[in-house]
Amino acid sequence: MAEKKWMPRWFYQLASPRWCYQITGKLLPWFALAAGLLLIGGSFWALMFAPADYQQGNSFRIIYLHVPSAILAQSAYMLMAVAGAVGLIWKMKVADMVLKSAAPIGASMAVLALATGAIWGKPTWGSWWVWDARLTSMLILFFLYLGVMALNSAIENESTAAQASAVLSLVGVVNIPIIKYSVEWWNTLHQPATFTLTEKPAMPAEMWVPLLVMVIGFYCFFAVSLMMRLRNEIVWRERRTGWVRELLSKQ
Amino acid sequence: MSDHLLTVQNLFCERDDRVLFNRLEFAISAGEIVQIEGQNGSGKTTLLRILSGLSRNYEGDIFWRGTPVSEVREDFCRNLLYFGHQAGVKAVLSPQENLRWYAALSPSIDAAQIDHALEQVGLRGFEDVPCHSLSAGQNRRVSLARLYLSRAPLWILDEPFTAIDKRGVAAKEALLLRHAQQGGSVILTTHHELAIHGPVRKINLDQCAGTSS
Amino acid sequence: MTMQTNAEDLQQQSLSGLFWATCRREYLLSFRRKSDLVNPLIFFLMVATLFPLGVSPEPGFLAQLAPGVVWVAALLATLLSMDALFRSDYEDGSLEQLLLSPQPLFVVVLAKVLAHWSVTGLALTLMAPLLGVMLFLPAEGMPGLMLSLLLGTPTLSLMGAIGAALTVGLRKGGVLISLLVLPLYIPVLIFGSSAVQAAVTGLDLGGYLALLGALLALALGLAPLAISAALRISMSS
Repeated sequence: MAEKKWMPRWFYQLASPRWCYQITGKLLPWFALAAGLLLIGGSFWALMFAPADYQQGNSFRIIYLHVPSAILAQSAYMLMAVAGAVGLIWKMKVADMVLKSAAPIGASMAVLALATGAIWGKPTWGSWWVWDARLTSMLILFFLYLGVMALNSAIENESTAAQASAVLSLVGVVNIPIIKYSVEWWNTLHQPATFTLTEKPAMPAEMWVPLLVMVIGFYCFFAVSLMMRLRNEIVWRERRTGWVRELLSKQ
Repeated sequence: MSDHLLTVQNLFCERDDRVLFNRLEFAISAGEIVQIEGQNGSGKTTLLRILSGLSRNYEGDIFWRGTPVSEVREDFCRNLLYFGHQAGVKAVLSPQENLRWYAALSPSIDAAQIDHALEQVGLRGFEDVPCHSLSAGQNRRVSLARLYLSRAPLWILDEPFTAIDKRGVAAKEALLLRHAQQGGSVILTTHHELAIHGPVRKINLDQCAGTSS
Repeated sequence: MTMQTNAEDLQQQSLSGLFWATCRREYLLSFRRKSDLVNPLIFFLMVATLFPLGVSPEPGFLAQLAPGVVWVAALLATLLSMDALFRSDYEDGSLEQLLLSPQPLFVVVLAKVLAHWSVTGLALTLMAPLLGVMLFLPAEGMPGLMLSLLLGTPTLSLMGAIGAALTVGLRKGGVLISLLVLPLYIPVLIFGSSAVQAAVTGLDLGGYLALLGALLALALGLAPLAISAALRISMSS
């Protein structure tokens, strides 16, 4: 097929599930190592050495889990939407598989963000849940994830399911800024400015450096989970091809 | 290649873990009638849906007048008449209303000839009756009336003779032949034995290869 | 004699002609199956009745809830009617023919959704004051209620149609549509009910209506694209 190719060569190489499988196999141990070091080191630092917040005391430390998981929940959705767009435009199976693999991980991150938000909320506000702008937006993001996952599993044909999920995640991505804006606006209307986890003018370095370490560690962890799920998905989808049969027979 | 209306190369399709056809290749020129044969479940309807562009569940290349179909979709759709597994007729509307809607959808359909076409398919007197009070065969005939209205050269027909009586079948066969003689092409599947006095090429999906007669 | 249909033959086919032909068809279909028309309205009424029954019939309390409750009821009633948008076309094969038309799908889809809205969303808007009275919404809030619903329900229909298009190939699309579309409805709900509350307290509505209008404009431009893509995808297997 004579198609204009205006993306670099490595982009088209990505389209081969086999190549992806091989390269993720090579990258996986490094990312796993990085994730392990960063997460363990970061948690240790956060719990032991970072200073306690002058207002909230030690319960403040949950920020080291809440913020990375919130950031990751949002990034994962972006990744899902981009993968969806790539799958729709260039009809790449691997992009579809990335979308399908990323969705549950992103949803789990959203749950973690909500749970850590609730855990922080109890000693601070006295209740497990508040309709805070951030938490509400995160809840809605969680619903968006659930929608994509539900659609993907409802449609039997794999490539149709992937394309439908791609359209849905693109629609979601367009709506996310609108939803955030409307929820924040709604929040200011109904509640006085509440004290939220990170709305502080300046965070001293002793606080944000371990936070950064945790964020990067979470990203590495996300990459590890994504690659593992992707490899699973590749082997399942390509189960009838020669190279997969060889692979499975070797085990 | 320039003479062919529709060219199919290296077509591969699988469904439910079963390969329906692999490396299927054939070309259709103006004036040809091609019958797709095969057992039930061999993928005849799937192939027709792929050829008409409804299904994208395939690998391979399809060319319309030499250009990849994906690049000339609008032109292809303008020159195509597809008759699918279901009649495509709204039960609550009358045959006339249904056909008027098709005329709005497809520029290749001539709205002025609707009554004449309905007469040709034996629905004279039923033009204003809601289709839910017509039989299944009559409903299919409403959709088949498009054959008399259409100026599109390529016809893709999936079981067009189902629920049609013998005389109707003979009339439709004559119509197909006339269409081919005027330079159009037909791809169809049918369980009937085609009694067309003319070149009918058969492609048997069970063999996944084309045979020309 | 070669057979061909040229672009020039399309003089008599215009996009607006297609738009109105589609609208006409949709109205014929809707009015010949009158039961489908009335169901969302009855549902609307019933949902609003649930609140005084389930919570409290006390006027002061209900008056506070009224803007939100009417909006939520309208939202749910719209959602419930969305599954029917493409289902009958899918079942009798008309949807296939629609996708094979050389005319842009955008126009047909827009016409279908707007025709659908005019018999559901618009009807809900006209019925809303009745609910307002039942829920003790102050009279100052009524114009705000109707204006906000007038601007908001088309957006709800457009976005609901995306969900309907994505699930049209599934046998039991109903609840799934709600799951897909409800998060997307939240901004419209927030701005819509805030508009009514502003009207009740005597504040200026303009900003809220402008926001709702902006959402509608965005939906009018983008939703038909998503709906067309989703229809092709749903029919491709």
